[in-house]
Amino acid sequence: MYIYDQYDQKLVDERVEQYRDQTKRYLDGKISEEEFLPLRLQNGLYVQRLAPMLRVAVPYGLMSSTQVRKMAEISRKFDKGYVHFTTRQNIQLNWPRLAEVPDILAELASVQMHAIQTSGNCIRNTTTDQFAGVAADEIEDPRPWCEIIRQWSTIHPEFAFLPRKFKIAVCGSEEDRAAFLLHDIGIQLVKNEAGETGFHVHVGGGLGRTPVIASSIKPFLPKQHLLTYLDAVLRVYNRYGNRNNKYKARIKILVKAWTPAVFAERVEVEWAQILARDVDGAAQLTASEIERVKTFFPLPDYQTVDETAMNAALQAQANDSLAFSRWLERNVRDQKQAGYSSVTLSLKPAGVAPGDVTDRQLESIANLADQFSNGELRTTHNQNIVIADVIKSQLFEFWQLAKADGLATPTIGTINDMICCPGGDYCSLANAKSIPVAEAIQRRFEDLDYVYDLGDLELNISGCMNACGHHHIGHIGILGVDKKGQEWYQIQLGGSANKNAALAKVLGPSLSRDDVVDGIEKLLDVYVENRLEGEAFLATYQRIGTDKFKERVYAKDA
Amino acid sequence: MQKMLSHGAVAENNWTVLQTPGETLPQGNILVPLKYWLEHGAELDQQAGLVGVWLESDEEVETLVDDLAQLPVVALNFPKFVDGRGFSSARLLRDRYDYQGEIRAIGNVIQDQLFMLQRCGFSQFCLADDVDLEAAVKSLTDFSDGYQTGADQAQPLFKRLR
Ligand code: HEM
Ligand code: SF4
Repeated sequence: MYIYDQYDQKLVDERVEQYRDQTKRYLDGKISEEEFLPLRLQNGLYVQRLAPMLRVAVPYGLMSSTQVRKMAEISRKFDKGYVHFTTRQNIQLNWPRLAEVPDILAELASVQMHAIQTSGNCIRNTTTDQFAGVAADEIEDPRPWCEIIRQWSTIHPEFAFLPRKFKIAVCGSEEDRAAFLLHDIGIQLVKNEAGETGFHVHVGGGLGRTPVIASSIKPFLPKQHLLTYLDAVLRVYNRYGNRNNKYKARIKILVKAWTPAVFAERVEVEWAQILARDVDGAAQLTASEIERVKTFFPLPDYQTVDETAMNAALQAQANDSLAFSRWLERNVRDQKQAGYSSVTLSLKPAGVAPGDVTDRQLESIANLADQFSNGELRTTHNQNIVIADVIKSQLFEFWQLAKADGLATPTIGTINDMICCPGGDYCSLANAKSIPVAEAIQRRFEDLDYVYDLGDLELNISGCMNACGHHHIGHIGILGVDKKGQEWYQIQLGGSANKNAALAKVLGPSLSRDDVVDGIEKLLDVYVENRLEGEAFLATYQRIGTDKFKERVYAKDA
Repeated sequence: MQKMLSHGAVAENNWTVLQTPGETLPQGNILVPLKYWLEHGAELDQQAGLVGVWLESDEEVETLVDDLAQLPVVALNFPKFVDGRGFSSARLLRDRYDYQGEIRAIGNVIQDQLFMLQRCGFSQFCLADDVDLEAAVKSLTDFSDGYQTGADQAQPLFKRLR
């Protein structure tokens, strides 16, 4: 992974000191509440229902075991001994004390981590595919590009006070695992006819109150122009984005108002002028800088293995243990390198808020990454953790250790692997609780054979229309709504975050907390009754439409 | 006399910002609104003091391009400190239109923005009366460098140092 040099380190250290001074001035009453707000947000600290929360950046989801151990230590020393993995691949501390945040940031800086721009109206952490570098369908490893964007966006002098938050995702593969079309800028790595890497740029995607799928504005941006072009997009947005109404302030609203074609044209004009003034291409990326960053993402030294023999041995182990075979089926993925697998550690055992892990579990995760991989791991936007490059002959041992620490719930990609926001238990904006709904669903569908029979199914829950739980892009989405002070849940169907991204449609009137799990079960019954051989939930829904689902869920009990 | 920061030091601010200039203009150096300048700019020759223009955050610097050479100061107003349009306006003045005069931040800017504002090309800052100007001067160097190009730096860090 990328290792800081003296310049990277100095910047992060200076940021800690700047924020230490800001916190001191705030506590001394020299900075008003209003002025301190964006300062603390841009250092990851936001104040919620019960306590402040600190969001720590995990750049494009990549962490070292050293960093994970540091998070465990911080959670013990400054928090309640657990952390939360978010849908934007970051980590959140739920109970830090405001006065101690500078010390936490200093601890983070000691392991090359920070919380810079994890909140606030600025360019946020860039996200990507959790299988970057090992995915079989990859065009190119997106992580070097993410790092280049990370550096460009960090303390960018011009874009720290945008109309609204700004999120960039990079997708390097055929299939999309980064939901890049639901970001303010979605960058897709592509090759032109000459085989050169470039970027297909999309803008104006996003969830929230007004979910929008991003529009293409530049089919092929040559790689040396990445940063100048991003400057142009951000400048147009910074100048012309709506600043009067925060619900209309995201770039998606501007793109819609102008139309994508006009927006693209405005960017093109701005970009041409930037280039015209850029003497000798000074601001362009150089081949040597791209190479320098790429060297930080080498492929491990893979052994040449007898994969057939390995697979046979694995099969034998699977035959002996149903639990292991289930885990293999759901939580383990082949890599493009023969004999190696990527393992997903589940952070979704029933009874725990999705994405929450304890300090002890963090240490176990770090140990697994050291023992079975190159000491690195990846956080996912589904709130799980991936350890890549595990040799197949060690999977059984891996599984036993992961299972002992509660990290091997074999439900990845199933209904029980839901995405879920903090909801009414923690969040002051919530209309309804979301964690108890997630738990009730996991408890209802405890029978793993049934869960596997249902197959791939994304269920996403948000406690309000801000959509932190991605309900618009769940095959089944659940949205908390407030009806006369009571918690109700709207069901949405048919969302998807892959290359054919689709937004879910509302099924009908919302259901009470008591009815919501029954409602989900009825949806699943309709699916099971109507599916064709091997057809997943989403495909059945797309084929038969909403009517049958609707009839069943809203049928009056006889 | 009011104070401001100018080129990294505390300085006297002997300028008057006119919100809505009337029939008679005050003595001394004045900053007039963009609209007024566009209508009456030519008539301001007789003014004894210096004349500069100030822009609201939603006004485009492009309007002023032909006049820049005769303006010693262009001030950019921040109606709220979180309104970041002025950052882009300053960069355009410096990077695109080669403006050599003073770019002054007026309105609501805070100490914690100074480093970035300076990188975008601002040379002068009018801060609220209760701000500790010595501390503000220090904030101009909160960071020793930046990754990106800026009005102060045509080359990104990777080209200069790596
Ligand atoms: C508990 C405190 C939280 C609050 C108050 C909060 C607030 C918000 C708000 C207001 C938005 C909508 C912003 C907009 O559309 O412009 C939003 C979006 C979002 N939040 Fe949160 N959030 C919280 C926690 C989280 C957590 C823990 C996660 C990750 C699990 C998360 C992930 C997201 C995502 C992915 C979006 C959608 C971004 C988009 O619109 O494209 N949030 N949040
Ligand atoms: S979706 Fe709503 S309830 Fe859930 S975390 Fe976001 S703001 Fe809070």
